[in-house]
Amino acid sequence: MIWEVFRQERKGQPFVHGGSFHAPDKEFADAYAREFYARRQESVALWVVPRDAIHAIEEFPDEFDLKYRRVDGYSIKARLKEARARAGTAQRADAETDALSPSERG
Amino acid sequence: MISERAQLLLNLADDELILGWRNSEWTGIAPFLEEDVAFSSIAQNEIGHARALYERAARDLGGDADSIAFDREPEEYRCAPLVQLRLVPDWARTIARHVLYETADAIRIERLKQHDDGELAGIAAKIEREEVYHRLHAEMWLERLREEERYTDAVEELWPYALGVLEPGLRPVLAERVGHEEVDAVERTAPGAEFVALWEEMTMVRRSAPVGAQW
Repeated sequence: MIWEVFRQERKGQPFVHGGSFHAPDKEFADAYAREFYARRQESVALWVVPRDAIHAIEEFPDEFDLKYRRVDGYSIKARLKEARARAGTAQRADAETDALSPSERG
Repeated sequence: MISERAQLLLNLADDELILGWRNSEWTGIAPFLEEDVAFSSIAQNEIGHARALYERAARDLGGDADSIAFDREPEEYRCAPLVQLRLVPDWARTIARHVLYETADAIRIERLKQHDDGELAGIAAKIEREEVYHRLHAEMWLERLREEERYTDAVEELWPYALGVLEPGLRPVLAERVGHEEVDAVERTAPGAEFVALWEEMTMVRRSAPVGAQW
């Protein structure tokens, strides 16, 4: 039986996947998780989960290229530039670009 | 003649050192990888306990932890015969010894925590905090193997040795916890041939280096 371990390095921090190991039951999993992920005080808490209990989702179709939905996928920089060129207001547009967040600047 | 306190420390330390050594003989060949790591780590803890105990003994006897651990002659060691047995590659007997030793050791450490000597009580409390996990490890294997004939045979075989880990006054407590009748114990005496072979290997590097070499 395979177990997945998520470990927390400091109180309040998110749990991060640490690795996995074989163990026949919860008692063995408890002992091995302590040995492998907390023996050197490198974790303050562990989540030890049977791999079967994890519902993995891996396919996310994006047939129509709807990239504007993505957090980082829609850069307005190029389009702004075109718009500026059309409107002949390059200077003002530069000021606007400066106000954009770092990710929008591309 | 060494003091009673120093002898107590040496008995304990020798047990931990030699058991740690014997358990480490499984490193690389334990039944599966996870257990290999866990059992090796327990072995390392035992040797750590031995070191702490030898350091305290050294304050009474002179020298340091290394000189007491490695510079004595084989017949000067006083480890219980239980920990001297070479049990690889028999996992059933190894686990039987592990369970019996941890049970006996728990009784001894509980008693030592009450000791009038504050330093001994303190070190017992410190050791106890790590031994908790050794016992959990022993118990999970016990749960899995307790019905197996190879395991129960091994417990029968090792039972007189297990009694020998404890001073006579504490043996009834062990008999009760294990659920076995008290029998004649295999006592601590000067070690036998199997120990001498271990000693040869364990002290080889130390003996090959000039006296006073620093590591």
